[in-house]
Amino acid sequence: MQSTRRNFLKVSAATGGGFLLGFSILTSCEQKPAVVMMAPELVMPEQFVELNGFIKIAENGIVTIMSPNPEIGQNVKTSMPMLIAEELDVDWGNVIVEQGKLDTENFTRQIAGGSQSIRHGWVPLRTTGATARAMLLAAAAQQLEVDVADLRTEKGTIYGPGDKKISYGEVAELATTMDVPEEVELKDPKDFKIIGKSTKNVDARKIATGKPLFGIDVQREGMLHAGIIHPPAFGMELASFNADAARAMPGIVDVVELDCAPEGKEMQWSDGGTVRRSIAVVGKSTWQVMQAKKAVQAEWKRTSPAESSDGHRSKLASLLETGKVEVARRDGKPEAAFKEAAKIVEATYSAPFLPHNTMEPMNFFAHVTNEKAELHGPVQTPEFLEKSIATLFDMDPANIDVGMTRMGGGFGRRLYGSFAVEAAMISKAVGAPVKLTYTREDDMTQGTYRPDYLVTYRAGLDADGQLVAFHVRGTGTNGSPVFANRFPAGSVENYLAENIGMDSNITTGAWRAPRSNFIAGAEQAFLDEVAEAAGKDPIAFRLELFDRAINNPVGEKNDYDAERYAEVIKLARDKAGWTGTSNNDGTHRGFAAYYCHNSYVAQVLDLTMDTDKPKVGRVCCAVDCGIVVNPEGAINQIEGGIVDGIGHALYGQITFTDGKPDQENFNTYRLIRHPEAPTSIDVHFVDNGIKPTGLGEPSLPPVIGALANALSSAKGERVYDQPFVGGLRG
Amino acid sequence: MANFSININGKVHEVDVDPKMPLLWAIRDELGYVGTKFGCGIGQCGACTVHVDGVAMRSCQMTVETIAERERAITTIEGLSENGEHPVQQAWLEHDVPQCGYCQAGQIMSAASLLNNIPNPTDEDISTGMAGNICRCGTYTRIHAAVKTAAAKLS
Ligand code: FES
Ligand code: FES
Repeated sequence: MQSTRRNFLKVSAATGGGFLLGFSILTSCEQKPAVVMMAPELVMPEQFVELNGFIKIAENGIVTIMSPNPEIGQNVKTSMPMLIAEELDVDWGNVIVEQGKLDTENFTRQIAGGSQSIRHGWVPLRTTGATARAMLLAAAAQQLEVDVADLRTEKGTIYGPGDKKISYGEVAELATTMDVPEEVELKDPKDFKIIGKSTKNVDARKIATGKPLFGIDVQREGMLHAGIIHPPAFGMELASFNADAARAMPGIVDVVELDCAPEGKEMQWSDGGTVRRSIAVVGKSTWQVMQAKKAVQAEWKRTSPAESSDGHRSKLASLLETGKVEVARRDGKPEAAFKEAAKIVEATYSAPFLPHNTMEPMNFFAHVTNEKAELHGPVQTPEFLEKSIATLFDMDPANIDVGMTRMGGGFGRRLYGSFAVEAAMISKAVGAPVKLTYTREDDMTQGTYRPDYLVTYRAGLDADGQLVAFHVRGTGTNGSPVFANRFPAGSVENYLAENIGMDSNITTGAWRAPRSNFIAGAEQAFLDEVAEAAGKDPIAFRLELFDRAINNPVGEKNDYDAERYAEVIKLARDKAGWTGTSNNDGTHRGFAAYYCHNSYVAQVLDLTMDTDKPKVGRVCCAVDCGIVVNPEGAINQIEGGIVDGIGHALYGQITFTDGKPDQENFNTYRLIRHPEAPTSIDVHFVDNGIKPTGLGEPSLPPVIGALANALSSAKGERVYDQPFVGGLRG
Repeated sequence: MANFSININGKVHEVDVDPKMPLLWAIRDELGYVGTKFGCGIGQCGACTVHVDGVAMRSCQMTVETIAERERAITTIEGLSENGEHPVQQAWLEHDVPQCGYCQAGQIMSAASLLNNIPNPTDEDISTGMAGNICRCGTYTRIHAAVKTAAAKLS
């Protein structure tokens, strides 16, 4: 495989920006101690050579690789450096991984979102490693006085003719003076030594021993603590407040009003969910601040109508009937086909709002003066945060320093960095370094929720039980969940997909696998219902449709590869030993398959009923994400998505009364717990050597369908409305 | 505000705090042991789990005053072992349990306490014993396997 630099830039451009190599050539930098996973702890020596923005090599062969992207638990801090290390050809045991800062010159797409980190990094990061290796080889050729073609590398050592050899560490300094090659060769995947091997989470030891890693752990000299008071309900704004009592409390330094979206300042998408006017309490400790918040007397005024959950569901339902329809896709003559159909199946599915509930509540450190801003904390979009700060404070981005911590979960919540902006505003207002920490209540009630959704499906079958017409119409708060070109589009002659939007003052945003996290479950439950009406096995029914999509697809815009889809379904079917939806032993089985974020997933879920309580047993999961970079990490992600999907579909919901969230903490909001998790999860990968795609999201959407189908079999009636079991109250 | 002596990880620390301050915030903000996490503040998530005289407790639900008065000995994740060699921590590394990692200090402290009480737990013992610790990332199946491995190491 050839990859020229130009080639590589072309790849980058197509994927949303260039991954510049940025060869800043520094020598003898300060030591930054860092530690990796298992004993013995590796320490970077004081003297080392920085080969490019990603790689530092010390004379003793220890290599530090920068991980450019935010780590939210998707394990990119391990898997992205693996790509560099593979092509650099070093021993993973000698690698230290460090979290890179926001550095728009050296790195691009420093975002955690859409399961895209590995997909976008696949060629650029390997090219970075290969380029550095080529420069090391050129330096070695000079030093050993041999032709570069006669050299080979192995685990950080360069071997020449005879017994000539030299280590990377010995030639690293010379390597920085070599020309950056125009062209580098990337390894043939069959020669991979690191990619494809299970590699432990590089932060695991620090996590297991409680080392400070997270935003909430940031501590600085002279740092004050801050808390925030937002309006108690959506559609309300601050009118006035009295903080005399709060100010008089022990440890309280100040109470200030913030305007995080002043008139005339342009907001960007990552400012979504920003509460314009709020009150910040600043003090010497988190606890004192939390106490003082309760003593602030605030008056709020209503600025837009109060919305309640009851009203929402009926509003969505009436919109589905009479709302303004946007046709997303039409194939054939759906109306006529429905008229002629021998049988019509129709069903409506719903899901409620969901908060993200990252275990680490929103928090951020900021130190902002008139001249510069330092921000450090957990955010999925550091580059956008820098822009927001530059706009708000009219500051040159060069004077803004954004550092990333490990994040206690993201799930989309930390794409919207309004909490970091708040921290910056507070720091500026009180003239001190500040760490803002949300309480769980602040975190759960502040918004950017997964929207509530409603979708109606209709299917027309002919007399032979063939699917001849398909219609999906969806609506949801701030946008419809329907994807126009996803399966079963492409497998049905007459197809119609329609969207209807609904506006709301409840703020919504991306939540792990946006839209797919609802529509997959609805679609997969509906397909089972259609299969039943057609008198067919659910898997056989789907495979028939894929035969059509493979051999004679309808339309050209279908966004999936029908062969890969069918393959992954067969793998799940075979690994699970599928014989149908219910077994004699009282186990009920549900099947589902879905394609999103460029990966294909199929699952068989086993469930039993303990009186009226569902208990998930085994979940058998087949995945096609192309080459699996780090199998152990990949399996962990897939397991997480499955548990997450099951938990939210069974129990998750946030409801509203007069614009105020009814659930504020885990005593009223139910998250899945250990006894409710599946008994076992087995994961099987399709081995096809295709370039890798993401895994942070794709296992979640289908499992809701598999669960709905198993539950329907167990209950003897279909389930349509999430949460299937319910929250703690209601 | 008042002065209290509290024993954390075998060392006596002096803190000058509100008597009602939860132990969680004293150990995080005042003493800098940040391995113990804040998740809910109401005893529901287990992120703040520490050992009080060897038993897993929610540090957000105990005041500094009570701990000091009753002369309790507190162990946080930082004090569970010198360098991560406690069998539970080792099992966590072996099973590569963490995703985001935020809940894991609490999970490990709960697991260590569970195994103190029940050295050979059944699946049900583990499920019930670990039910107080939420993992939003969904690492429960790995946690389950790791507790079993740790139990085997300990016996
Ligand atoms: S923070 Fe103490 S139980 Fe959640
Ligand atoms: S690993 Fe993220 S909350 Fe448990």
